[in-house]
Amino acid sequence: MKKTDIDWPKITKIVQDYNSDPECLLMIMQDISDIYNYVPPEVIPVLVEKLGVSESLIYSVATFYKTISLEPRGKYIINVCTGTACHVRGAEKITHALAEELGIEEGQTTADGMFTLDAVRCVGACASGPVAMVNHDTHGALNRSSALEMLDQYRK
Amino acid sequence: MVDRLKNRDELITLRKNLVAQHKDGNKKLISLCSGSGCGAYGTASVYDSLVAELKKAGLSDQVEVRLTGCHGFCEKGPIMVIHPEGIFYPQVKPDMIPDIVEMTLKNGEIVEKFLFKDPVSKKKIIHEKDIPFYKLQKRVIFGRNQMIDPTNVLHYIAEDGYKGLEKALFEMEPQQIIQEIKGAGLRGRGGGGFPTGIKWASCAKHDGDRYVICNADEGDPGAYMDRSLLEGNPHSIIEGMLIAAVAMQSHNGFVYVRHEYPLAVKNLNIALKSAREIGLLGKNILGSGFDFDIKVSRGGGSFVCGESTALMASLEGKPGRPRAKYVHTVEKGFRESPSSLNNVETYANVPHIINNGAEWYASMGTEGSKGTKIFSLVGNVVNTGLVEVPMGTNLRTIIYDIGGGIPKKKKFKAVQSGGPSGGCIPEQFLDVPVDFDELVKIGSMMGSGGMIVMDQDTCMVDVARYFLDFLKEESCGQCNPCREGIKQMLDVLTRICAGHGKEGDIELLEELGAMVQKFSLCGLGTSSPNPVLTTLMYFRHEYEAHIKDKKCPAGVCKPLFHYEIVDGTCTGCGLCARKCPQDAITGAKKETHVLDQDKCIKCGICYDACKFNAIAIR
Repeated sequence: MKKTDIDWPKITKIVQDYNSDPECLLMIMQDISDIYNYVPPEVIPVLVEKLGVSESLIYSVATFYKTISLEPRGKYIINVCTGTACHVRGAEKITHALAEELGIEEGQTTADGMFTLDAVRCVGACASGPVAMVNHDTHGALNRSSALEMLDQYRK
Repeated sequence: MVDRLKNRDELITLRKNLVAQHKDGNKKLISLCSGSGCGAYGTASVYDSLVAELKKAGLSDQVEVRLTGCHGFCEKGPIMVIHPEGIFYPQVKPDMIPDIVEMTLKNGEIVEKFLFKDPVSKKKIIHEKDIPFYKLQKRVIFGRNQMIDPTNVLHYIAEDGYKGLEKALFEMEPQQIIQEIKGAGLRGRGGGGFPTGIKWASCAKHDGDRYVICNADEGDPGAYMDRSLLEGNPHSIIEGMLIAAVAMQSHNGFVYVRHEYPLAVKNLNIALKSAREIGLLGKNILGSGFDFDIKVSRGGGSFVCGESTALMASLEGKPGRPRAKYVHTVEKGFRESPSSLNNVETYANVPHIINNGAEWYASMGTEGSKGTKIFSLVGNVVNTGLVEVPMGTNLRTIIYDIGGGIPKKKKFKAVQSGGPSGGCIPEQFLDVPVDFDELVKIGSMMGSGGMIVMDQDTCMVDVARYFLDFLKEESCGQCNPCREGIKQMLDVLTRICAGHGKEGDIELLEELGAMVQKFSLCGLGTSSPNPVLTTLMYFRHEYEAHIKDKKCPAGVCKPLFHYEIVDGTCTGCGLCARKCPQDAITGAKKETHVLDQDKCIKCGICYDACKFNAIAIR
């Protein structure tokens, strides 16, 4: 992403909402991630300045937590739940079906930038397993065919 | 909205008025579950059709529709309960709404075809209270969920909400509160089971800016009671934290909640805002002169952050790496200050103890574990959902009487409890009472209350591999035993599952497990070999079958089994042949079919489809 493509007033607003508190670094990055689906590395020098933290701390937080990515991700991030309850109900089959349909592997993004396929350890919707989340929506009781139908909803 | 409450009397008057309003018997109340489970099944569209249909029927003024928190019976979502009668309609779809409005709400009749059918007795049941899933529970903590719209503080107040806070602020000394919690025998619901009163007492005796922190980083896969409590009844957690704050004279609280729980974050933030507006949080709470406020911090999807020192590092804006606990967090925790960290469900228990007294609380449960516990009963069980029972209830009651047993007439194999640090409990222990101490004796633990039921089609070696794979990803990598040990164990397990297991592998796993257990830095590491060690304890024969016979008896590890059609059992119905994506099954009608092993990809579709058990795992 080019520096000029970033909505800087929005970034400033996010940092202000957290009172430029360095303890809120992770949440600030999560909010930035909500806009771009990743944290563009271009914002890091700005965070260093505004929060008064070191660049190394920002990288170490960004790489430690799973919800943050420094690489671009798809418009829709599919998180297939791989919690125990979903696992015993066949979550792996859902991941395979989606991977096959999208032509990507877990952790990858489709060439058109629409979908990223990922796994999440448990979304706490165990009774409706197997479950997948697409951005903030939860889809329950999936099987191979309903998982593919789920994709169609977002393709429109 | 109500004005800021200036003193205790104003809160009491408000509650009285709310209860009086609520007792207006003519008005019907529809409680529609909007927890994450029901939400995933489509509560939103049901709500929209219901509101529209009520308007059309001219009933909008006589019927209140309340979007509530989780009712617990998630398997049957979306769930609708019509009060005051308690009429129960499961799996409600928008196209069912016109009938429900016309018949039940207008004419007071039951829509027979929409009623719940008990899978065991095959009988239709009208009222929620008569459904076995609910009947055998004791819903002290969880029961209020379905009467409360979590975004409305007044609903909580009407259900005796903030009564415990009143008592703590105006009738009790901090020491007395701690004594009451100690006397009740409340133990930490996150899994550790440490006595809450003792934790509070040691935090209170250290000087400094004390912090009251709520651990809502519910990490154990398969457990979601904390999520449902936060989503469904956030004020009960706020009240619990407030009482803890009074007891320890703390003025700052934090809730550390998973980013993956967006609805919980949203409802919690709404609840905090309204509690502040009404004067139950902030400066001079109810005119008592006591100040306390709570901030929300979202986690980043890291399992190890459920560990106390890692959680506090994460709260400080750093990577969530644990530290050695030579100095406990009650002395030096968050910001190097005395910090008391308790789990969501633990806080939810606190107002009940203060309201009803230690003696009442201690009358429930077993010798060493008091009160009730919420379990998430999931996996291969008929009635999945959240179940609250007194401590000491045995596994058979939970899985068979409340859970309805194993679906599709399959055989029970094990129940996994305690998350990745727990173990798999086999059939011979189904009569063991569940509490903090009893499950440890049989090699597992209660943990935060996840109960994943596994049937005959679950491979225990694969389960161990699954947990180790999970833990390998979640190890923070600071200490060698955990980082390298888990990886080595996982390599061995992966090899066994791939059919390359060799003599001595089991012993190697035991040796590695003992090393990791002994020398890891934090709880994640020391408990990480448990999935392997407990499956070895009760399911060693499955490991041996994989290694020696090169067979996976459950039919999970693909290189180690094949499907066969059983001659004599196959009726030649042709269903499997039609469903097979590889066209690997052939045969004439009404004759035993044949499966071409070269074409078969072992997807299992035929095995799941066959109604006559004619596909065998060999």
